[in-house]
Amino acid sequence: MKLTHIIPLVSLSLATTLYAASESFDFKDPKGVNNAVFNLDAPLESVNGSASGISGTVSFDPENPSATTGKIVVAAESLTVPNPMQKEHLHSANWLDVAKYPEITFETKSLANVKTEDNVTTADVTGTFTLHGVSKDITIPVKFTYLKDKLSARVPSLKGDLLVIRANFTINREDFNIQKGNFEDKVSPTINLTLSIAGASAKQ
Amino acid sequence: MRNTLRVLALLVILAAAVTWAVTGANRGWTKTSVPVKTLDPVTGIDGITYQPKFLPGVDFLGAAFGGAVLLGGVSFFFRKPTNNSNQ
Repeated sequence: MKLTHIIPLVSLSLATTLYAASESFDFKDPKGVNNAVFNLDAPLESVNGSASGISGTVSFDPENPSATTGKIVVAAESLTVPNPMQKEHLHSANWLDVAKYPEITFETKSLANVKTEDNVTTADVTGTFTLHGVSKDITIPVKFTYLKDKLSARVPSLKGDLLVIRANFTINREDFNIQKGNFEDKVSPTINLTLSIAGASAKQ
Repeated sequence: MRNTLRVLALLVILAAAVTWAVTGANRGWTKTSVPVKTLDPVTGIDGITYQPKFLPGVDFLGAAFGGAVLLGGVSFFFRKPTNNSNQ
């Protein structure tokens, strides 16, 4: 066999092996525990709320976590605060306009400072964050916890692995054209976001 | 009528204050649900669900105070009860 034939075969074989090692994790959680918590300062009390409508997929290889790619989607309609008037304002066209911009997304571009210890990987993930129809590249510190063969512990009828992702970061609402320059004395321009989500990779 | 409205105003303030105090004296805004955290033992994630619960806040107290002031104010439009025994 000629060398020109061997090289593509070896490359294909290597690519197949690498692809096979990477698992795709689905973040639509049947248990409904996945959540994104947000809080921002306001004069009387801080505004605390959460979103539960989380979906998306992440491709993760425990042997090569720096190759992680994926996209997480939060349904804007699922954003909830305990005060009904605040919730109405939050969803309205004046603020997030959830009817026009139904999704808040984060799509990975690259990982840096990747460190792995046992089943825990930490990395600075750069990606495109889209909110209120505005996309902006941001870098956030993310912690991945790979739980091998733990899917059956959550969903007894399924076998597979789990991937837990935790991230805490701050955004500025004005960067996303949310009441830019307005109400700064009533609602802080900075919003703290905490993501705690688990994805499943089921195996046959 | 004058006195009835004033007593009613007092009762509105008292009822609101007692309700506010009994439900935890929430010094924030009124809430109609409260977040409840449930730990998922496998992933370690605290799941958040909202359970319906009325938690009156300072806006509730303010509205009650405003209502009481309105009732008290309206009471001034009624004449004082006249004493007919002097006639």
